Amino acid sequence: MPSPPPPPASPVSSAGAQPVQPSAATLLVALVGNPNTGKTSLFNALTGFRRRVANFPGTTVELARGPIRGARRALELLDLPGTYSLAARSPDEAIVSGALAGRLPGLPPPDVVVAIVDAANAARNLYLVSQLLERGRPCVVALNMIDLASRRGIELDAGKLAERLGCPVVPVCAINDATIPPLVAAIEAAAGTHPPAPRIDWPAALATACDALRPGLPRAFAAADALRVLLDRDGHAEQAYLAAGGERGPLESARAQLATSGVDGAAAEVRARYAWCTRMLDGVVRRPAQRLVTWSDRLDQVLTHPIGGAAVLVLVLTAVFQTLFTVGDWLMGWMEAGFGLLAEAVGSLLSAGVIQSLVVDGLIGGVGGVLVFLPQIMLLFLFIALLEDCGYMARAAFMMDRVMRTLGLSGRAFIPLLSSFACAIPGIMGTRIIGDRRERFVTILLAPFMSCSARLPVYTLMIAAFVPAITIWGGWVGVQGLTMLAMYVVGVLVAIPIAWLLKRTAARGGLPFLMELPSYKWPRLRAVWQRMYEAGGSFVIRAGTVILLVNLVVWALAYFPRDPATEAAVRAAAAAAGWNEELTGQAVAGAYLRESALGRMGRALEPAIEPIGWDWRIGMAVLASFPAREVVIGTLGTIFNLSAEETAEGAASAPLRAALASARWHDSGAPLFTLPVALSLMVFFALCAQCTSTLVIMGRELASWKWPIVSFVGMTAIAYAAALGVASGARALGW
Amino acid sequence: MNLAGAPLQKAVRVTQVHIQCPSGYRLMEMGVIEGAELQVLRRAPLGDPLQVRLGDYELSMRARDAELIDVIAA
Repeated sequence: MPSPPPPPASPVSSAGAQPVQPSAATLLVALVGNPNTGKTSLFNALTGFRRRVANFPGTTVELARGPIRGARRALELLDLPGTYSLAARSPDEAIVSGALAGRLPGLPPPDVVVAIVDAANAARNLYLVSQLLERGRPCVVALNMIDLASRRGIELDAGKLAERLGCPVVPVCAINDATIPPLVAAIEAAAGTHPPAPRIDWPAALATACDALRPGLPRAFAAADALRVLLDRDGHAEQAYLAAGGERGPLESARAQLATSGVDGAAAEVRARYAWCTRMLDGVVRRPAQRLVTWSDRLDQVLTHPIGGAAVLVLVLTAVFQTLFTVGDWLMGWMEAGFGLLAEAVGSLLSAGVIQSLVVDGLIGGVGGVLVFLPQIMLLFLFIALLEDCGYMARAAFMMDRVMRTLGLSGRAFIPLLSSFACAIPGIMGTRIIGDRRERFVTILLAPFMSCSARLPVYTLMIAAFVPAITIWGGWVGVQGLTMLAMYVVGVLVAIPIAWLLKRTAARGGLPFLMELPSYKWPRLRAVWQRMYEAGGSFVIRAGTVILLVNLVVWALAYFPRDPATEAAVRAAAAAAGWNEELTGQAVAGAYLRESALGRMGRALEPAIEPIGWDWRIGMAVLASFPAREVVIGTLGTIFNLSAEETAEGAASAPLRAALASARWHDSGAPLFTLPVALSLMVFFALCAQCTSTLVIMGRELASWKWPIVSFVGMTAIAYAAALGVASGARALGW
Repeated sequence: MNLAGAPLQKAVRVTQVHIQCPSGYRLMEMGVIEGAELQVLRRAPLGDPLQVRLGDYELSMRARDAELIDVIAA
């Protein structure tokens, strides 16, 4: 397919945000390649770790960019998502083909394309190179992982390959800085050149159909796009063609022409390209007659072994989860304590009143409530980066795939969901390791159903106060422990039909689970730290601000209106009863909370929650826990006129337990908290979405506020129905 | 025989890929085309998916996708 010289770089349109906006003097260099080829390492080597990550406008696709070091002119490197082919089938792949074609708003076509090729696996990598060369843009091949190839006895003649491809081929080793300057020089020299189009032997029918379509291509389309539009299977290329003014008539007649010839165009394309790859590599690659066994192969004999592999996997997963749960929790405790001290110190500087409450409860509490998630997020990303960098993550996904299929997901979803049992926020961020968009979407929506550590205080308080400490089944099984286990199981049980439903409605289709199992290698600590830092930073900056805002709104609802008459009435009653200042203060705080907007909302809610057996005070505590589930404990304490010290121990607080046990219905005087009420409250918290941070990070990761709202409404409805069901069931059983 | 039923550790050659579904094209783009040499290294602990060596690299493939690939002993 002959390819005309590329059109001059079109002036950048200013529509939308600007992911990359180099000045006229700055050249845009796109880094393209298969997944697992060391693309990120090469990016870091070229830019010296100066990465700026930004979402591509309106998508969840993250593009990293940074200036190339050591160049004589300004070069801006753009890291495109890893892909095996330009025949786009996922949003990631559509971004790659769109960026190369210069079809993305705010992004000019690249001045130079750097195609990274894994030397140990050249044939499959050249498949993508054949598609890149066709586009007629200046191209440089970076031949990476030469060291890995030579360990397998594979040798590649870079000079000969360059001659055949008609573009420079530079051997590099991304972890060896000395190999980088020649690549930078080649990039600079390549600007403005035009590589010859690859001579692929197309079946006649395919070539004819493309030729028929080509004259009708819109101006922005390269000749190579004819094939993409013709064989388009998922609509991305066709959409772009029609949007750019291409006509449906010629496209349909070209497709009909191909269909009558009886040639399966897509399969023929793949065969023709691989035939070209084989020709390019004939005499260029030398490999030993007998495949060399590497230490990576030997490791796999153990690590994916049916018994040994499963044992190691259990060990690794236990270590990850235990660290998140214990070390993460311990660090969170320290942060909470630190913010508590800060709040106390600042609080003592301000006189009591709205400013003090805003600063202490609203701002310091709110910022603390955001930053408290940082340790767990960074710990999870430490593990994810280590496991992914060394190649074990793919093995873990391989081994867990069968289990996750019961949820309609793949093995990749396992680690994010497992870590959601510690906290859904790192879990949802961890879904970035899932390549398939639909699967990632389902996993994000399921994550809040995994019972996180913030639910534990609610469970422990209710169990300790209302579930009898007896044993059943011959004294082996404690009822309290069994109740706790049931709370963890209920989330998973509800997640199964939800996953099923999502896979059949909003997340239909999806790619087959074909996952490369890369060779094992040593993780690079600097790259690991970078992943942790970026995850923490993106949480604080992108999600933290919104979380803080929502939490401030809830603070205001619980603070206002503040009628001095309320306080005066309580003080008068307290003076008459002879209460000391401390008791009076607690009673005043309780009265204000009951009179607040939130208290009124709780009362308005009472008709809806009465069937479960909840009064307005429980309803209000549930409302107040919207920023975070564990807040319900402190709110219950305040409603029942307890001091902050008395509820500080949370679930272990004896005064709180006693206050709950003695609480009465305001009309009948019957006990408020019974076993059915306690169980229903636990089930409600197991299934509800009372967590601002989870909902905000969900919105950020899915680049849409629609799904957090759907998730909140849906989960609240499920939690309400389950609470009602459990309470009625328990009452029917006479508990 | 298809790849899902191929003996472990034995080299086999692809004779045909059933491409009526989208998985088929993705398999082909990854290098599973007529004449390619494959080897099922092992099965995951729960029997599925398969760890398959394809030329110079390895990938994980579900039995359902492996059934789309007809092979003969190489």
